[in-house]
Amino acid sequence: MIEDHSVKSDRPAKMSARNVNVFYGQKQAISGVSIDVDMDNVVAFIGPSGCGKSTFLRTLNRMNDTIAGARVEGQITLDGTDIYNPDMDVVQLRARVGMVFQKPNPFPKSIYENVAYGPRIHGLVDGKADLDAVVEQSLRRAGLWDEVKDRLHESGTALSGGQQQRLCIARAIAVDPEVILMDEPCSALDPIATAKIEELIHELRGRYAIVIVTHNMQQAARVSQHTAFFHLGQLVEYGVTSEIFTNPREVRTKDYITGRYG
Amino acid sequence: MSVAAIAFLVIGLGLIGWLSARTRAARFAAAADTAAGAAGRPHSLPFYHGWYVALWATVPALLFLAVWGWTSPALVTGAVLDTPAAALPESGIERGALLAEARALAQGKLAGAFNDEAAALAPAYRAAQARFDGIATVLALILAFAGGAYAFTRVRPDFRARTRVERAVMATLLVASLIAILTTVGIVASLLFESWRFFSMVSPVDFLFGLRWSPQSAVIAGQTNQFGAIPLFWGTIFIGAIIAMVVAIPLGLMSAVYLTQYAGPRLRAWMKPALEMLAGVPTVVYGYFAALTVAPALRDFAAAVGIPGASSESALAAGVVMGIMIIPFVSSMADDSITAVPAAMRDGSLAMGATQSETIRKVLIPAALPGVVGGVLLAVSRAIGETMIVVMAAGLAANLTANPFASVTTVTTQIVQLLTGDQEFDSAKTLAAFALGLVLFVITLLLNIVALRVVKKYREAYE
Repeated sequence: MIEDHSVKSDRPAKMSARNVNVFYGQKQAISGVSIDVDMDNVVAFIGPSGCGKSTFLRTLNRMNDTIAGARVEGQITLDGTDIYNPDMDVVQLRARVGMVFQKPNPFPKSIYENVAYGPRIHGLVDGKADLDAVVEQSLRRAGLWDEVKDRLHESGTALSGGQQQRLCIARAIAVDPEVILMDEPCSALDPIATAKIEELIHELRGRYAIVIVTHNMQQAARVSQHTAFFHLGQLVEYGVTSEIFTNPREVRTKDYITGRYG
Repeated sequence: MSVAAIAFLVIGLGLIGWLSARTRAARFAAAADTAAGAAGRPHSLPFYHGWYVALWATVPALLFLAVWGWTSPALVTGAVLDTPAAALPESGIERGALLAEARALAQGKLAGAFNDEAAALAPAYRAAQARFDGIATVLALILAFAGGAYAFTRVRPDFRARTRVERAVMATLLVASLIAILTTVGIVASLLFESWRFFSMVSPVDFLFGLRWSPQSAVIAGQTNQFGAIPLFWGTIFIGAIIAMVVAIPLGLMSAVYLTQYAGPRLRAWMKPALEMLAGVPTVVYGYFAALTVAPALRDFAAAVGIPGASSESALAAGVVMGIMIIPFVSSMADDSITAVPAAMRDGSLAMGATQSETIRKVLIPAALPGVVGGVLLAVSRAIGETMIVVMAAGLAANLTANPFASVTTVTTQIVQLLTGDQEFDSAKTLAAFALGLVLFVITLLLNIVALRVVKKYREAYE
C-alpha cells in the first residue's frame, strides 16, 4: 500500500514523511503515514472529522510540540533533513514551514504590523524601506494589497473574515517560507471569500509547497493536484486528485467520496 | 411583655397559620385529585398556601414591632414627663441623667436610687412602661391575627398562593441587596456631613493644596492653616502607587507569565494557590514584618551606603512590603487576562517561528494589556487604602520628600492618628479625619470605576 502513495513529480520531494505515528498520551491519533509533498503540486488532505488529517498537518511544522502529551514517531524530512532531529531548531523550521489556521487569527495589531511581525522577529529586513517593501509584496501575493493599501495602520481584526484569512496568508508569506500548511482555511468563510482564497492558492502554487486540509471535497477537487484520504488515523489512499475523485482504488475512499459516510 | 417575647408569640402564630393553611390546602388538593384528575388540581401546592398565611401573620406584626422598638422609649419618657411626679430640673444633662436612672430603676437594673427624684419617678416609669408594653402586645397580636385570618380566608383551590410567595421571595432578595447599597450611601453621607463641618472651619483650598500638615499645633495655637494635606497625599502615592507598584507590577506580571506559559499543569496546580495565599496573610502581620525586619535592614543599608535622612521608619520599607502583599492581585488579574487571550493568537505567533518569549512579549502581553492594567489599577486602589502596614512601618512625620529612605506618612495613617484616643468630635483636628477619608474614598472609587471599565471592555473584545 505504501508504494501506491508515491506520486510522480518532476522535482524531488520537499517534505517526506515515513511511517509516522502520533500519540496523544496513550491514544494513537496517526498510524504509519508515509507521504511526499513537492513544490509543484498542491496536496489536499481529506477525510471525516477526527480522522487525523489536522494532527498530521501539525506534525509537519512541529506545532504538535505545543500540545502537552503529544508524541511523534517515524521520520519527517524537509529537504532531506529530519525535522524531529534534536539539532533541528523549531524556530527555523517554522520560518521555513508556515501555517494558516482554521479560524483567521490576526494579531490585535495593525495590518502593517501583522505582516511585519515575522520579518522583524527573524531579522529578515534592514530598515523601514525594506520592511515596507516586504509588507507590500506579501500583501500583493496574498491578493489583499488593493483592498488595504490605504489603511495599513488600521487594526487587522477590523477586516472581514475573508480579508483576515488573506492577511494571515500574507503574514505567513512575509517570512518567505518554503512550505505553507493550511488547516481548513476556508471553513469559517462565506463562499465568495472561499473562492478568493482558492484562487490565491492557485497563484501561490509553484512558489511554495502547499498542503491544505479541507472538509470540503469540492474544494479539494478544485485546488489540489494530489489528494490524500485519511480515515481513522491512517492514510487510506494518496494519488492524483482527478483519479481519487473519479476512480478511487479503495472502497473506503469511494464510499467517502460518494457520501456514504463522513 | 418585652418586644422580643411578643415577637416570639407572633412567630408562633405564624407557625400555627402555616400548619393550618397547609392542612386545609392539602385537604382540598386531595379532594380535587379524587374528583377530577390533573385538570381540577389546585393552582398551588399546599405548602405555598402555608407560607402565604404565615407571611401575612408574621410580617406586618414584626414590622410593627420593629418600628415600636424604635419609638416606644420616647413615648414612655413622654408619658412619664406628663405625670405630676415629674418635677425635673430644666438643664439638659441632669434631666437626662435622672430619667436614665429612673428607667434603670424601673427595669430593675439598679438596686437602689442615687437621687430621690429618680426614686420618685421610678413607679411612674414602671407604670408607663407596662401600659405601653400592653398596648404593643395587643396591637401586635391583633395585626398577626388579622393578617393570618385575612390570608386564611383566601386559601381556596384556585387561589394563586405560589405567585404571591414568589413575589415575597423577590422582595426579600431586593431588600437584602438594598441593605449593602444603603449602607454605602449612609457611610458616604456621614463622611460628607462631617467633612462639611470640617470645611466650614478650614478652607478646602488650604486643605487640598496646603504643604504643611500639623493638626496638633493647630488646636493648641488656635490656628487653622496647618491642615495642608499635600504631604499626606504625596506619602500615600509615593508608597502605594509608586514604590509598591515598582515591586508588584514586574513580579506579579512575570509570575503570571511563568504560571500561564511555562509552568506544567502539576507545578501550576500548587504554585498558583500558594501565590494567592499571600493575599490571605493578615495585613498586621505584613505590618510588623515591615516594621521589625525590613525597615531596620533598609536603614542600616542606607547608613552604610551613606544616604542622608535614613530613618528607621521609611517609605521604602512600607512600600516594598505592600508591593509584596499585592503581588497576588496583579498576578491573578494578569493570569486571567493572559489565559483569556485566544490560543489561536499564540499558535499563530509560534507558527511564524517566533520563540516563546517573543510570542509572550509581542502578542500575548499586548493582547492582555487592558486586563493587566485593570488589575494594576485595582491593586493601586487597594494599596492606597491599606492602613496597617503604613501605620506600623511608614511613620507619622508628614514629610514632603522623594527620599525613599526617609519617613513619610499617609492619609490612612493620619486618620488612625486623628481618631484614636480621646477626641472631641467638634474640633477641626478630629473632623479632618473625615475630610481625609472622603478624599481617599473618592480616589479609590474613581480608580475602581476606571479599572472595572477597562476590564469589562477588554472582556468583550474576544467574545
